[in-house]
Amino acid sequence: MAQYTINVNGKPHQVEASPETPLLWVIRDSLGYVGTKYGCGIGQCGACTVHIEGVAMRSCQMTVEGLGEKPVTTIEGLSANGDHPVQLAWLEHDVPQCGYCQAGQIMSAASLLSQIPNPTDEDINAGMAGNICRCGTYLRIHAAVKSAATKLS
Amino acid sequence: MSTQPTRRNFLKVSAAAGGGFLLGFSFLTSCEQKAVATLAPELVMPEQWVQLNGFLKIGANGVITIVSPNPEIGQNVKTSMPMLIAEELDADWEQVIVEQGKLNTDIFTRQLAGGSQSIRHGWEPLRKTGATARAMLLAAAAQQLSVPVEELTTEKGMIHHAASGQQVGYGAVAELAATLPVPETVALKAPKDFKIIGQGKKNVDARKIATGQPLFGLDVQREGMLIASIVHPPAFGMQLKSVDDSAALAMPGIRKVVTINTAPEGAELQWSDTNAFPRLVAVVGETTWQVLQAKKALKLEWEQVSAPESTEAHRAAFEEQLTNGKTEVARRDGDPEAAFASAAKIIEATYSAPLLPHNTLEPMNFFAHVTADKAELLGPIQTPEFLEKTLVSVLGLQPEQIEIGMTRMGGGFGRRLYGHFGVEAALISKAAGAPIKLVYTREDDMTQGTYRPDYLVRYRAGLDAEGKLIAFHIRGTGTNGSPVFANRFPAGAVDNYLVENFGQPSNVSTGAWRAPQSNFIAGAEQAFLDEVAEAAGKDPIDFRLELFERASKNPVGEKNDYEPERYAGVLKLVREKSNWDADSGDARGVAAYYCHDSYVAQVLDLTLDSAGKPQVEAVYCAVDCGIVVNPEGAINQVEGGIVDGIGHALYGQLTITDGKPQQDNFNSYRLIRHPEAPKRIETYFVDNGIDPTGLGEPSLPPVVGALANALYMATGKRVYDQPFIGELPG
Repeated sequence: MAQYTINVNGKPHQVEASPETPLLWVIRDSLGYVGTKYGCGIGQCGACTVHIEGVAMRSCQMTVEGLGEKPVTTIEGLSANGDHPVQLAWLEHDVPQCGYCQAGQIMSAASLLSQIPNPTDEDINAGMAGNICRCGTYLRIHAAVKSAATKLS
Repeated sequence: MSTQPTRRNFLKVSAAAGGGFLLGFSFLTSCEQKAVATLAPELVMPEQWVQLNGFLKIGANGVITIVSPNPEIGQNVKTSMPMLIAEELDADWEQVIVEQGKLNTDIFTRQLAGGSQSIRHGWEPLRKTGATARAMLLAAAAQQLSVPVEELTTEKGMIHHAASGQQVGYGAVAELAATLPVPETVALKAPKDFKIIGQGKKNVDARKIATGQPLFGLDVQREGMLIASIVHPPAFGMQLKSVDDSAALAMPGIRKVVTINTAPEGAELQWSDTNAFPRLVAVVGETTWQVLQAKKALKLEWEQVSAPESTEAHRAAFEEQLTNGKTEVARRDGDPEAAFASAAKIIEATYSAPLLPHNTLEPMNFFAHVTADKAELLGPIQTPEFLEKTLVSVLGLQPEQIEIGMTRMGGGFGRRLYGHFGVEAALISKAAGAPIKLVYTREDDMTQGTYRPDYLVRYRAGLDAEGKLIAFHIRGTGTNGSPVFANRFPAGAVDNYLVENFGQPSNVSTGAWRAPQSNFIAGAEQAFLDEVAEAAGKDPIDFRLELFERASKNPVGEKNDYEPERYAGVLKLVREKSNWDADSGDARGVAAYYCHDSYVAQVLDLTLDSAGKPQVEAVYCAVDCGIVVNPEGAINQVEGGIVDGIGHALYGQLTITDGKPQQDNFNSYRLIRHPEAPKRIETYFVDNGIDPTGLGEPSLPPVVGALANALYMATGKRVYDQPFIGELPG
């Protein structure tokens, strides 16, 4: 076990964990930010997507030691009032069914749009291929990403 | 639920409202400070609630809490069931808060998510609940305003007296209303007067979901709560023999290692306790990561208790049954043997499908806190009532000592009908003497399923010289049972008809998977009928419509489980909407199917890329599920079922070798991903005013057939064995 200070959602947090502990479990178990979900633990499903230095990353694949002081944003910190254009587009398109994957989808979409403000269908396909939605809401996710892009640009 | 409100249900309870309470789930309190402010226009919370009945609490300021009784697995009943109450109450939907009900068999009945039946069963009772409450509010208003009750009207939570121009809100009369007699009978609205039913309403939890607020079982956090995780045998047919936990117990954060048995001798178990691995070892510790690491340090011995099975052995046994087996006849009309002997043409085809795990994205989990005289459970469960029965037997407690709450579920698809993980959580908590949250890893979850059975079905059809279908024969089998429904279409449309059902007992646990049996048999049947239509030289839709016409005008037999007119109706609608009779330029397939009391027909268009990979361009879908309560949610369900059906038919497969599942995570098990979804789905509902029927499942089964038929049009080769990707070039 070791002490780490990690920077999550704009605030430093003191945590105690063994060095190889995935960021996912640190933010869920130690910090209580449970919006970031566990789905596979091997970087295949995207449910645990957070932003590290502003870029979408799978938090199950980043150890607390490897993270260092790089700033992390979770779904809880994406916007102050839940009003990021991607979040608003998700409501507009009534995307969720069960809802479990959607925090990860939203984090991937927000990262995609920060890099490609006007994505083509192919860009969206490529940018969102790492996030599984078991309920099959992909068409709504696709439409919501496009909607958000319009509002962001 | 009772259709006749009783005095017991209509008690008056005033409860002071606290912040935690208003969030709905008491377990959220501990993480409340981290909750992000939502986008919801802030409803001003009342000082006090008047509880009008088990479903309704009304605040003095007019804000109304509606309790949603059934488990929410993504089928959106947490929005649509309260809509039924709000409709007859004439509530202002913008002033409604929805709260998930706990298991409470005194107030609610059929608190179950399964069989696409929540809306169908809730349709009348929930509307009566709303209408009864409205009648009591009206009676109270009549007293308060000193006017005859007949002169009062309601709209959006307000009661109006036109003659005097007076008006009063529900909140102002709720306290008096709660003291008044419960009316014996109430009139329900005619569908033409609906103001909420039929209007698209957004998912009531959408904001919480989009801001990552705690909603799911895996999100439960409690003071003093420990994390637990199980280890189950590595293969079906094995059980736990011995445990050496010394290394695991020495690891940081590990508190206990316990062994449990969810099926102790003498326990009264339910159908929902289906589970291959009752004897488990569980590690209990402080954090999830510590527990997962300690699992690997356990030294476990297993013993073989029944013969190991394999996918190949299943297939060989199925083939043997269908080729040489004798069984009881499930249905016989006319003289099938003579008809086949006289047929001008006989078409025969055999279809198969593999085992499928449910793969809910939220793995199995449950919170439990069991003490000597009380058990508190909270988590994702489709069958809380059955879980309670099992807990009564296994824990030796009375039902009133057991409290079961339901979290929003990260997917169900049938997996959470089988609540062994709830029993496991309770036993671990009891053994560990602490509140615990049981967490399955993806690997634990995928290798210990109640899988969709693997299946094999053989169809034979006989055509006469004019291409008329005169004989039909189905032999079906699968792990733990046959997929064939003897009395569904085309039974009733063919003079000479024979169904023979087999089944193969297995130590691999199988169960209901979204649209059980139908999820396979619809695709097989609809692909076969396409092949028969082609042999008869007929358009696939014309061919099916002729059969429905026959079943309608002159049905064969009396026990036919469908209405041919409604079946034909969706097929005609999809023919029109897809412009079937024109050439779309893409390869197209059609299918129609009936299940969960609803009718669905689909036309699917696809193209092949240069590597031969299919891309679904469009799916046109016609649905007859009667009145559509919430079109927004309904269309989402239909789309989801289509994507789910296409995904599993193309890619889904769990194989078994020496009893051991060969896929255990999403690197070896392929789920459909964003780029592989259809580019477009158009959904059309038949508007017929019939009481609503199922919608969570019916759009899935036929799309497998539409896909198979479109693949044939694209490649010139019929596909028989799922997953279809294995049958395609490249």
